[in-house]
Amino acid sequence: MSFEWPWQYNFPPFFTLQPNADTRQKQLAAWCSLALSYCRHHKLYTLDVMEAQESPVFNNKKIERKLSMEAIQVVFEELRKKGNLEWLDKNKSRCLVMWRRPEEWGKLIYQWVSKNGMVNSVFTLYELANGDDTEGEEFHSLEEWMLLRSLQALQTDGKAEIITMDDGKGVKFF
Amino acid sequence: MDRFSWSNGLLEINETLVIQQRGVRLYDGDDKAKLDVGVALLSTHRLIWRDVKNHECCIAMPLSQIILFEEQAAGIGKSAKIVIHLQETSVNKEPGPYQNSKYSFIKLSFKEHGQIEFHRRLTEEMTQKRWENTPVSQPISAGTSSQAGRTRAVGIVGIERKIEEKRKETDKNICEAFEDLSKLMVKAKEMVELSRSIANKIKDKQGDISEDESYLLSMGIANPVTRETYGTGTHYHMQLAKQLGDMLQAPLEERGGMMALTEVYCLVNRARGMELLSPEDLVNACKMFESLKLPLRLRVFDSGVMVVQLQSHSEEEMIASALDNVTDKGSLTAEEFAKLLGLSVLLSKERLLLAEKVGHLCRDDSVEGLRFYPNLFSTA
Repeated sequence: MSFEWPWQYNFPPFFTLQPNADTRQKQLAAWCSLALSYCRHHKLYTLDVMEAQESPVFNNKKIERKLSMEAIQVVFEELRKKGNLEWLDKNKSRCLVMWRRPEEWGKLIYQWVSKNGMVNSVFTLYELANGDDTEGEEFHSLEEWMLLRSLQALQTDGKAEIITMDDGKGVKFF
Repeated sequence: MDRFSWSNGLLEINETLVIQQRGVRLYDGDDKAKLDVGVALLSTHRLIWRDVKNHECCIAMPLSQIILFEEQAAGIGKSAKIVIHLQETSVNKEPGPYQNSKYSFIKLSFKEHGQIEFHRRLTEEMTQKRWENTPVSQPISAGTSSQAGRTRAVGIVGIERKIEEKRKETDKNICEAFEDLSKLMVKAKEMVELSRSIANKIKDKQGDISEDESYLLSMGIANPVTRETYGTGTHYHMQLAKQLGDMLQAPLEERGGMMALTEVYCLVNRARGMELLSPEDLVNACKMFESLKLPLRLRVFDSGVMVVQLQSHSEEEMIASALDNVTDKGSLTAEEFAKLLGLSVLLSKERLLLAEKVGHLCRDDSVEGLRFYPNLFSTA
């Protein structure tokens, strides 16, 4: 299934940071949603800002418009504020993109666990992300750092406990 | 002795020195004059005597005053003398060392001789009467105000006089120059009258003249408000504002209700002709529109651009028209919008920015320039 671009993607003003505060807010919301859905569609978890500028998301070759570096930073900052992005370095050149926040992932995982009657069972993290049972689930092949974050979120809610095992980490759901 | 008057000792233009003799004492009649021994000079016009030490002390008498003269031989302890009999004192005589004298003759006493030669020369001059042939223009006098004395002045006094003369000349020239200017002003008034009468004639037969010309003529302000007529400060600006209100109405309507202040400035000064306005006065006058309840307003855009607009020219209308035009065309640049409305690019851009400010438009700032689109972000 190919990625479906929003209408804004072909609207030239979308690629100019709007000076009007209200307009800019709406524009940024559209950008955040586009960036996240694009990453989700392509299962991207980390982004390099320099590469991002050349990626089709921020560079519409058809209408010959691309978002400036400054504007990309603004969009990323907006994502960070919403909790969908984390910088990996001080220079803000690389970032983690969380198109689902850890709590959302945790919720999805817990739903799957309870649906399959496996509450009170113990899983290794590898099993959860790459095991045959989870094939077809959205969290399948979730990157480990992301998975760990999701489980940590569940642990805060008292729905899981992360256990350290010989060859890695495991989790028990309650 | 009362025939003598003070002199500067200088010769007049046509006067020539005949002889001079040192060691001469003057006698007032039979009495010794209260003057020291000095130099007697005989010129073609005058008999002059000057003190030996103090050259400032110098007296002179016209030869025309002399009736006759005689020699008086020297005696024991007495120098040779020349007795000179004189006419009655003239009424308007210049002041001299003696205001009046009981004697009608004077004596020249020659302490160092020379009386023979002096007498001979004096006789010559009295027979030739050269003062009659070449009269000096002014009465011979010591007065500093005398023209002749001034032209021949030497030393510092002379320099000062020359400077004074030059200054007077300059003064005169300046006066003359300004006289010309005032004449020009009078002519200017006539010219204004003339142009007014022409304008009236044209009004009477409208159609004979092209629209441009009549427009130009109608722009002239017959009685411009000036600082001369309305003084300085607020009152002047108020009057000016009223006049601007009258004259800008038509041009503003023609231009869609708005004009940049620079354009107003040009238009107003073209109309005023001679009585030009300063930019500062124009701005100050425009600031008065509101308080005077005139149908005009000075508006300062966020960018600092100042415009004069009709009060009826509402912002909402401006924004609505900008949005309509942009929606109609899909997108517009300021230049395209200016062409569409017949406005200046500056003002059309201000309108677009205004519409953007209220959220009706959004921008696309690319290498191709700044382009405005309907704000689909808000409507979608």
